[in-house]
Amino acid sequence: MISAPSQSRSGPHPIFLWLFSSIGKKTVVALSGIVLVLFVTGHLLGNFTIYLGKDWLNWYAEHLQSLGPMLWVIRLFMLATVGAHIFFTMLLWKENQAARPKKYIASDPVGTSVFARTMRLSGLIVLGFILFHLAHFTVRIVDPAFQHMDTMLDGHEVHDCYRMVVTGFSNVPVSILYIVGLFLLMMHLSHGIGSLFQTLGLTNRRIHPLIETVTRAYAWLLYIGYISIPISVLTGIVK
Amino acid sequence: MKFYLEVWRQKGPDGAGKLEHYEANDIPAEASFLEMLDIVNEDLTKKGIEPIQFDSDCREGICGNCSLTINGVPHGPGRGTTCQLYMRKFRDGQIITIEPFRADSFPVERDLVVNREAYDRIMQAGGFISERAGSAPDANSVPIPKVVADQAMDAAACIGCGACAAACPNGSAMLFVSAKVTHLGLLPQGKPENDRRVLKMVRQADKEGFGNCSNYYACEAVCPAGIPASVIAHLNRNFSFASIKESIGITV
Amino acid sequence: MTLDSKIPAGPLDKKWTSFKNTAKLVNPANKRKFEIIVVGSGLAGASAAATLAEQGYRVKCFCYQDSPRRAHSIAAQGGINAAKNYQNDGDSVYRLFYDTIKGGDFRAREANVHRLAEVSNLIIDQCVAQGVPFAREYGGLLDNRSFGGAQVSRTFYARGQTGQQLLLGAYAALSHQIALGNVTMHSKTEMMDLVVVDGHAKGIVVRDMTTGEISSHAGDAVLLCTGGYGNVFYLSTNARGCNVTATYRAYKRGALFANPCYTQIHPTCIPVSGEYQSKLTLMSESLRNDGRVWVPKKKEDCGKEPKDIPEDARDYYLERKYPSYGNLAPRDISSRSAKEVCDDGRGVGPGGLGVYLDFADAIKRLGKHVIEERYGNLFEMYHNITGEDAYERPMRIYPAVHYTMGGLWVDYNLMSSVQGLHVLGEANFSDHGANRLGASALMQGLADGYFVIPYTLGQYMASQFGKKVDANAPAFAEAVESVKARVNKLMSINGTRTVDSFHRELGKLLWDKCGMARDKQGLEEALRKIPKLREEFWSNLKILGSKDGINMELERAGRVADFLEFGELMCLDALNRNESCGGHFRTEYQTPDGEALRDDANYDYVAAWKYEGEGKPPTLIKEPLVYEEVKLATRSYK
Repeated sequence: MISAPSQSRSGPHPIFLWLFSSIGKKTVVALSGIVLVLFVTGHLLGNFTIYLGKDWLNWYAEHLQSLGPMLWVIRLFMLATVGAHIFFTMLLWKENQAARPKKYIASDPVGTSVFARTMRLSGLIVLGFILFHLAHFTVRIVDPAFQHMDTMLDGHEVHDCYRMVVTGFSNVPVSILYIVGLFLLMMHLSHGIGSLFQTLGLTNRRIHPLIETVTRAYAWLLYIGYISIPISVLTGIVK
Repeated sequence: MKFYLEVWRQKGPDGAGKLEHYEANDIPAEASFLEMLDIVNEDLTKKGIEPIQFDSDCREGICGNCSLTINGVPHGPGRGTTCQLYMRKFRDGQIITIEPFRADSFPVERDLVVNREAYDRIMQAGGFISERAGSAPDANSVPIPKVVADQAMDAAACIGCGACAAACPNGSAMLFVSAKVTHLGLLPQGKPENDRRVLKMVRQADKEGFGNCSNYYACEAVCPAGIPASVIAHLNRNFSFASIKESIGITV
Repeated sequence: MTLDSKIPAGPLDKKWTSFKNTAKLVNPANKRKFEIIVVGSGLAGASAAATLAEQGYRVKCFCYQDSPRRAHSIAAQGGINAAKNYQNDGDSVYRLFYDTIKGGDFRAREANVHRLAEVSNLIIDQCVAQGVPFAREYGGLLDNRSFGGAQVSRTFYARGQTGQQLLLGAYAALSHQIALGNVTMHSKTEMMDLVVVDGHAKGIVVRDMTTGEISSHAGDAVLLCTGGYGNVFYLSTNARGCNVTATYRAYKRGALFANPCYTQIHPTCIPVSGEYQSKLTLMSESLRNDGRVWVPKKKEDCGKEPKDIPEDARDYYLERKYPSYGNLAPRDISSRSAKEVCDDGRGVGPGGLGVYLDFADAIKRLGKHVIEERYGNLFEMYHNITGEDAYERPMRIYPAVHYTMGGLWVDYNLMSSVQGLHVLGEANFSDHGANRLGASALMQGLADGYFVIPYTLGQYMASQFGKKVDANAPAFAEAVESVKARVNKLMSINGTRTVDSFHRELGKLLWDKCGMARDKQGLEEALRKIPKLREEFWSNLKILGSKDGINMELERAGRVADFLEFGELMCLDALNRNESCGGHFRTEYQTPDGEALRDDANYDYVAAWKYEGEGKPPTLIKEPLVYEEVKLATRSYK
C-alpha cells in the first residue's frame, strides 16, 4: 500500500515561523548577545597588553591591522551582529509596547531589577558610546592628531597605539565619558548575560540564582578591567 | 481600620474610565481584601452609588477569578491571590489604588472586570494530552520518578489568573504558557505531542497579542501559585528544539 | 406518580455490566445529529462535555465563570477514592461500595453506589493518562492516603490540590474538544430557566452576564452539572457564585428534588471570625490523618495557651468516643462531636466556636519535613488567614457547610423525572445517601461525566431520532419572556436593603434551625419566617445599575431569590424526615449517648418533592430504598 504523502504546508517555511515568533526573536538577540559578550571579553584581554608595555600593545594592534581582508570580514560580521541585536530588540520592543498600551497609574516594578528595566536605555547609550569609541580610536577623527602617531617596532614603522591611548585618556572629560559609557555597558550585561541563559533555555530552577550572581560579577569584572586603563592613565600608573 | 481607596471605574469595554475616590470605614483587620470591597459596596449601594464590579468566586485562592492590581501589584502585596490578602497587611489610613489587570489581551469589560479568554484559547491550542476516556492503560503501568512528578506538579499548580501577564511590563504570557508546557512535557504521557504542543501554544500566545518575555521576572514575583520563571527556560529550550525539528522536517 | 429508578435486573455486581451489554447505542453518524446542552463545567460538566464530544455528539457547554477552569471543583483539596488496592490492604470494589453505603447511613441506592465503586478505578487511569500529577512514591508508583470513613488507604491525591488537578485534566480534555469544534463553550453565561417541550427538556434560557442579553438555546438533551446548594446557608465553603438556580428552575419545571435536607457539614474548616465574612475556608479532611482533635477537659482551660494545657487535661474526644476510627470518624460524626463539645462550653478561640487539631505528635513521630510535604500548602493557608503557625500551635477548626447530598432526583441513567433532563455530580442526589465520605465527591463527579453518562445517555437519545425540537416552539419564547419579566421585576423593586443582607439573614436562620442539628420546633419557626423574608425581599430589595451589562448585584439577587424559595423546601424535607441519619440530625431522634437514630421502618426512602405551583405545598413522592446486598445496620465507628 502506498501511503499518502505527508500533508504539504502552506504559508511561510517553519524557519521563518520560528525566526519571527516571540521566542525566535529573543533567541536571535541572545545569540548575537553571546558574540558581543565574547567580543567584549576578547577586546579587554587585548587591551591588557597595555600593562605589559608600549611595544606589546603596539605589536597587538599591528597584528590586528595586518589581518587585512580578514579584518573586514570580522568587522562586517560584528556589524551584522550588532545590527541583528538592535533590529530584533526593536521588533520585540514595538510588540511589547502594543501588548501593554495602558500603564498602571500606581506602578510598582515588583520583582524586576533596575538593570532589566533599563536595558533599552543602557543599550542605546552603549551604542552611542561605541560610535564615539570607534570615532576616537579606530577612525581617529575626534582628535585628528591620532592619525599621525607613529613609532618604530622591530624595525618597522607602525601606528603608536600606546601613545594614542595614553594621550586620549589624559583628557579628563574623555576618560569620564569612557567610565560612564562602560558603566552602562556593565548595567546592560548585568541583565543581558543571565538573560541569554534563560532565553536559550540553559538554566533551571536550581542553577538560576547562581547564573544571576555570576553574571553580575562578570559584568563588574569587565567593567573594572576596562576602566582600569583610563584610571591608570589619569593616575600616572601608565605613562 | 480605615482606608482611602482610589478605584478604577469604567462603564463598559469602550468607556474611558478613571480613578474614583472612596473611603472604606470600619474595616476589621481580619477581613480579606475582597470582603473589604464587599463592605464598601454595601455602603455605596446604600448611598445610591453603583457598586464596584469585580470578579471573585472561590475566595480561597484557587479559582483564579480575581483580577485586581493593588498599588501597582497584581493581587497586591505578598504571595497569593487577592482573596487571600488580609487587611492587616495594610496600614490604618493607607491610600490603596485598585486597578484592573492590564494587558492588551485582557480587555477591561467593566470597572475591575477583565476578559481573559485569551488564556483559554492558548489552552485550546495545545494545553492538553490527546486522549479519550476509556483508552487509558492502568495508572501504575508507567512509573514516574517522584522528582519528575513533583516538578510537574509545581508547574501544574498554575491557577490561570493572568497576574503574570498583568505584572509583566511587556504584557507577556510566557509564564502561563510555559507552566502548562512544563507540566505536560515533563510527564511521559505528555511527551508524544510535546513538540506540537509547544509550537502551537507559543504561536497562539503570539497571535493573541501578548508581549515577549524580556526576563524581567515580575511574573514570578506576583504568581500566586509560586510558579518559578525557570519554567520559561524549559519552554524556550523545547520551543527551539521543536522549531529545528519542524524546520528540517523531522516531526510535528 | 411512582418513581421508576430503572435499576437493571440481576445480581448487584453484574448490574452495570449487563446494562452496558444491553444498553441502546447511537451510531457515530447519528451522534453528530444530536446537540447536547451541558450546564456547568466542573468535574461532572467538563468531563461529560468532553467525553460526549469525543463520542461524536455536538455539545454546547455553559458556565457562569469567565473560564470553565474556574468551576468550584477546583477548590477540592484532599483526594479521590478508588478501589485500586495498590496498597494491598484489603481494598476491593465491594469494600468501596460498602463503605460508601455505610458512610451514607444506608440512604443511598445500592446499584448506583456499586456502579460508582466499579468505575472508580477507570477514573484514576483516565486522569493519569491526561497528565494529572498525582503524588508518587520514590519507586515511581502512585501514592495513597487514608481518609475519613475508611480503614484502607484508597485515596489518590495531588498535594492539597487534587480537585484543581482533576478539574484541569477535565478542562484540558474539554479545551481539546473545543479546539476540534465539537464543543461550543459559553462562559459567563448563566442558566436562568429550563425549556420543556411536551414533557421533554429541550433547551435552556440563559443570561449573558457581560451584555445582559437573555436568550434561549435548543438541544436534544440537557445535562445539569451545576453543583450543590450549600450557599443557601450564605456562609459555606462553596464559591461565592455557587447557587441552586439551575436545579431549582428545573424543579419548578417538573423535575423532582430529592432529599434537600441532606447537607454535609465539614468538620475541618477555619472558624468564623466576624459578621463581614463572605465565606468559610476548608482545611482538607486529610489533615485528620495526622492531626489529633481535642478540647480542654475543663471549661476554665479554654482561655489558656494550648501548650500550657497538660496532656491529662485534654479531651481527645474523637479518640475517646470512637476508638477504632478515632480522628478519622466520618464527617457528620466529627462535626456533631465538635458542636457538642462547643455547646458544652469547652470550645476554643473567639466565641468559643472552635476545637484544636494538633500536629505535635505527628511532627514528633514523622518529622516536620514529612508534615510539610503532606500538608505544606494547608499550613501556609492557615497561617495566611489566621496569622498563626500550625507547626508551633494547634490549628483551630470548626465545622462548616460544605457539600449537599440532596439534589435532583435521577434514575439509574442519571435522568430526572423530566424526559431528557440528566443531572450529574453534586447536583443529583444519587450516590452519597445522607452523608458523603471524604474524597468521594471528586470520584462521583468524574464517574458520572467520564464513565456513566456516556453509556446511559444513549438510552434517551436512541428514542429521539427525527424528533428535532423546533427552536421557535412557543415554550422557548414563553421561558425567555418569563425570565425577562423576573429580571425586570428585580430591577424595579427599588427598596432599601442589599442582596447580601437578605442572603445573610436567610443563611443565619437556616444555619440555626436547619444546620448541624435540627428539631421540629426550629424547623417550623424557619418555615414561618422564610416566607416573610421572601416577601420583604420582593418588596424592599435595592439593586442599582442596569440589567444590560455586568451587574453582579442583579446576578446575586436572582440566585438569592431562588434560595429564598429553596430554603423552605429544605426545611420542609427536614421536618418530614422524623429520624436522624447522616447529615440530617434531628435532636428528637438520637440514642442515649447522642448518636443518630435512624428509623428504617418508616424512612428508608428517598424523599422526592414535586413542585405543584406558586403558593401550593409540594407533594412528597417516595422512592423506597431496596437493599438486596447489604443489611441495614446501625452505623458504628466505635
